[in-house]
Order: sequence, then C-alpha cells, then structure tokens
Amino acid sequence: MAILELDGLTKIFGPEPEAALDLVDRRLSREEIREKTGQTVGIGDVSFGVEEGEILVVMGLSGSGKSTLIRCVNRLIEPTAGSIYVDDEDVTEMSSKELRSLRRHKLAMVFQHFALMPHRTVLGNAEYGLEVMGVDAEERRREAMEALDMVGLAGWEHEYPEQLSGGMKQRVGLARALAVDPEIVLMDEALSALDPLIRTDMQNELIALQRKLGKTMLFITHDLDEAINMGDRIVLLKDGYVVQVGTAEEILSNPATKYVEQFVAEVDVSKVRTAQTVMKEVHEVAHVGDGPRAMLRKMEKAGFSSIFVVDSQGRLVGLARADRMRDVLERDEEAYGDLIEEEVRSVRLETPLEEITPRMRETRDPIAVVDEEDKLHGVVLIGELLAGLTERGEAEEDDLQQKTQSQGTE
Amino acid sequence: MDIQPPKIPLDQWINQGIEWLTSSIGGVTNLVANWIDGAVGTMTDFLTWYPAPMMIVLFALLAWWISRRVKIGFFTLVALGFIWGGMGLWVSTIQTLNLVLLSAALAIAIGIPLGILGALFKHFRLMLMPVLDVMQTLPPFVYLLPAVPIFGLGSTAAVFATVIFAMPPVTRLTTLGIQQVSDELVEAVDSFGSTRWQKLVKLQIPLAMASIRAGVNQTILLSLSMVVIAAMIGAKGLGAEVWKAIQRLQYGRGFEAGIAIVLIAMVLDRVLRRVGQATGSSESAATAK
Repeated sequence: MAILELDGLTKIFGPEPEAALDLVDRRLSREEIREKTGQTVGIGDVSFGVEEGEILVVMGLSGSGKSTLIRCVNRLIEPTAGSIYVDDEDVTEMSSKELRSLRRHKLAMVFQHFALMPHRTVLGNAEYGLEVMGVDAEERRREAMEALDMVGLAGWEHEYPEQLSGGMKQRVGLARALAVDPEIVLMDEALSALDPLIRTDMQNELIALQRKLGKTMLFITHDLDEAINMGDRIVLLKDGYVVQVGTAEEILSNPATKYVEQFVAEVDVSKVRTAQTVMKEVHEVAHVGDGPRAMLRKMEKAGFSSIFVVDSQGRLVGLARADRMRDVLERDEEAYGDLIEEEVRSVRLETPLEEITPRMRETRDPIAVVDEEDKLHGVVLIGELLAGLTERGEAEEDDLQQKTQSQGTE
Repeated sequence: MDIQPPKIPLDQWINQGIEWLTSSIGGVTNLVANWIDGAVGTMTDFLTWYPAPMMIVLFALLAWWISRRVKIGFFTLVALGFIWGGMGLWVSTIQTLNLVLLSAALAIAIGIPLGILGALFKHFRLMLMPVLDVMQTLPPFVYLLPAVPIFGLGSTAAVFATVIFAMPPVTRLTTLGIQQVSDELVEAVDSFGSTRWQKLVKLQIPLAMASIRAGVNQTILLSLSMVVIAAMIGAKGLGAEVWKAIQRLQYGRGFEAGIAIVLIAMVLDRVLRRVGQATGSSESAATAK
C-alpha cells in the first residue's frame, strides 16, 4: 500500500456542503454545482496514492483546487468527505492530539511564500518543528544545523530571513521541513515565487536531495514544465477534479482528454521525449570478427550504407561503412585491422531529444542508442528525430471536461 | 398636540445600582482604596525623600538608557530641572508620575490579556469591541463622579477612572497586531503541530509586539491626561495644582502647572517612542535562542 493514499477526498466550501456531495459523485462541473446548490467545490472525489520515496506532482492552474488538496492532507483545511491514509491510518478520523502528533512527526510542509518567522534567525526557523516537539535545545540545534547544511545554508544560521534572497529563504523553509525528519514532505508551490533561473536550479537540487534522502514528496505546482521535470508521476487537476494520473511521458503521448491535450501542447517536448521514444530498433548488426563481405551483405539487406558492430555481449564496438568495405575488397587488402571505425556517436536511452539535436549537426552518421552497459538498443535517424520533436499524442475521446468551458472560478 | 414620551427611569436604575454597589461591596472597595492610597503615598514619600536634583539626574540617566539617545536624556534633565527649579512643582510631578505609572500598569495588565482573548475568540471579540467603544466615547466625567461614592475621594477613584479611560488602545492594538499575523505563517506553525499556546507565544505575540508597544505608549499618554482631570475627585499632583489655581483665579500658577504637564508628556512620549526601536533587534535575537 502507498505511504499516502487519498480516497474520494472532497472539499466543498459553503454553508451546506452536504448538498453538493451527490452532485460531485455524479461529476457535475464546479459551475453546475454552484448554480444548483450555491456551494463551491474545492476538490471533488480525488483519489490517488503516493508511493514511498516518490515525487508525486499535483499540477493544475489557479482555481484547480491544488492548494485546497494539499491543505486537506494535513487538515489545515477540513475535508468534507473522503479519507486520507498515512501509513494506513485515516487522518480524517484523528483526534486533535493525534493530528498534532502526525503533523509533528510524519508530515512537514514547505510554503509558497516561505512563511518564515521574521523574528527568528535562520537557525531559529529551522529549529521550529523540533522545538514544538519538545526536543531539547542542544539536540535540536544540532539537527537543525544538519538540515541547513543539507540545503547548502551552513554559515548563514545567524542571519535573519529578511537578509536572504528568495532562493535562500526557500532553502530555510526546506531545512525547517527536513529537520523534523518527516516521512512525507508537502510542497505547496514551493518554487513558484522564485525567479525562473533559480527555479530550474532549485528543481534539480531538490530532485538530487530527494534521491539522496529518499523522502516521499507531494509537490504542488501550476507549471507543467516543473511538473514534468520534478515528477515521477503527475496528477493533473482541473476545476477540482482529477483529469489524468501518469508519468510525464504517458500524459504527453496519451493525453486523457482534450483539455490535457491542449494543455500539453505548450510543453517543449524536446525536454521530455527521450532517445528511446524516437529510436528505431536495429535488427541487423555486424559482429566483431565478421568479414567485409558478410558486413556488406547485411548492409545491403538493411538498406543502409553503414552498420553498427557489436561484441558477443551486444555491446557497441564501432561502425562499419560500405565504402570502406568495398575499398578493402577491391584492393584485396589482407589486413582487416581498421575495417571498423571505433569513434561512434552514441547516446543513452534516457537522453532527451534537446541534447541529441545538436549532435545531429556534427555528423551524417546514424546515432547509436545504448543503455548504461553500452548495449546497443537502437538508432536515431534524422527523420524519426524530427517526427519526435513535432508529433504529439491525441486524446482518444472527448469527455465531460469539455463541457466546462468557463475557466477560473476561485 | 403635545406628546409626552414615556420616560424610562434609566437614571434611577443606575442610581440604585451605584447605591447597591456602594453598600454591598463598600467594605471591599474601601479596603482596596486604603491599600492603593497607601501605596501611592509611600511611593511618593520614597521618591521625594531623596533630594530632587539627585532624582532628576537619575531620571535623565534612565531616559538616556531606555531610549539610547543622549539628546533625550539631556532633554529630560532640562525639562525636569525647569519643573523643579524654575516652577517648584517637583512633589506634584512625582505624585502625577506615580498615578500614571500605577494606572497605566493596571490598564496594560488587564488590557493585553483581553486583547489576546479578543484576537483568539471571535465571539469574545464581538462582545469586547462595543464595550471598548463605550469606554472611549463615554465622557469621563460620567464615571468619574460615581467612582467617588464607591472608592471615596482620592487616588483610588482616580486610578479606577483612568484605567477605564486609558485601556482601550492597548486592547485594540493587541487584538489588531495578532490578527495581522499573515495566514501563511499561522498555517506554517499549525502544519508543524504547534499547540494553541505555542502558536501564541512563539508566533502571534512576538509578531504583534510592535503593535502592542504602540498601544502601550498610547495608554500611558492617555493615563497622563486622565490623571490630570482626576484632580476633580481628589487626585493629587499637577492636575490638583491646575484645579487649585483655577479656583483661586491664579491664572499664571495654572499655566505653570499646565506647562509642567506638557513637559512630562513630552518626556514620556520621546522615551516611549524609542523603546520599540531600540530593543526590537535584541528582543528578536533573544526569542530565537
């Protein structure tokens, strides 16, 4: 079971939230429910799980209910219906004492506008969670310093937040969350207030930190590029409902609805698509030890003017060219020694297209695609690369999301 | 046609109420009155026992130390020196200062907790605010005089009236200061599992301090103006000098006492205004430990 599991989580704002619950079950749009009952759906029937050690990104535009969603998880906002399970314990059933303990030990939150206490130093802020828990002064100081060190703020502990830049403030926010060693970190638009240059750096640092610590993260953002960069999986939220759950690749190549399709049309696919998605599998390869005639025949069969050469384990060794083979045969050279060119352009399966394109300029030769053991998997040809850069998946069917044309409700 | 409105006997009810208060809790109020009068008297005796020049220098040093400004210390020296040497109003000034400090301390001690409760509990706030409105708009004379039958003539009745008059600003500004703490910060401390008390002492009160200090300053200065008026019901001090001078048509003497009040107000204002600024940073550092 997932470490965090949301089951039918619903939040309705208004004086009579119960009135709207049935309509949420029937998936009426927020606009329709407001017209019928006067209640506003914050989030409707949201269900998904977050696996341990995963970064799950909830992505939605403003008014999609994403901040309501993350605040329901630690009950800063009381959900109207549904359940939240952290380690199989239902958070919605907890007494205020149990909830406090959950917030102290298992969930920590990072805020969009940092929410640092201006009257405390960087260290004082980082210590806050431990202080509330009742950890003694010496130990909390040590642990807070460790957390500050992790986020790269060692040496800044006696400064006040107002003296720091936005990026550094958010590092303090992050250190404050990490200091309590939570199971799950809730990131509420944590990078949205930073300027774009710092933001990408912080995304990558955050990913690295997460890989190192193995913390589960629920990350909220309105930026699809950020979602794609950060998320192991992405939950797309629109007007309070979940539209699609999947990896970036799944969402891009197979958008569930027209809405998602329009949405992802904005994305720079060259960052998301990898060599693996555009490569052609290689069926004909030459082996170390093949003679020039054998190689030529394989090339003719495949219709290429060159062929990759692999060793007995399937590892890429080099490239053989038809011209060279013919040359050797005509002159009847005996030494086959330099039949194979060992300088071959190769990329890894997970290399994004944006890194492959410039290499295409360097050579006309096909680019080999290999895995981490150097085994040959396929080849990137210019035609496939271009197709991969322009082609997008299409929604299979139009669904109810199309009915809701009106935008921006909150 | 002449319509006679039915007169509600509100005035009689209040009269009866005050009589009832006087007769039923008179024992207690007398006790309190004796105690407060005694305390004020002792304090005055104590402060006036030392030679005035020595006290003036001491006060000037205190003003300098609190405000961390030599200028303000010097101003205090000159102002108090003029009041003592120039106008001969030293004892009255000490009496006034005593009453101000006692009344303001009481007003603050009651006002800040009320303000905190007002910020935390909406229903309490809805009750509190109209009461504060009444306290601020009711002409002081209306409750100044009823204080006499309850507490008797003297310092206690003056302190009572002054607390009513001077408390609203500190209460209001405490409530306001706590309400102004940003929602995101409140969410942040909640999200780390703070108890209500932890939230109050670690976040809300520290961040409301600037606002609370402004309220304290206003309360102290309002106390000064009320202590002067309270001379009408037997409070000693500079107000009594003014009152005596007016009754005897000694206009010049009245002005002298008036000028002394203005000088005291200026000293208090200058010193108090610096309190927040001077200690702001050191206080933040202390809470961070």
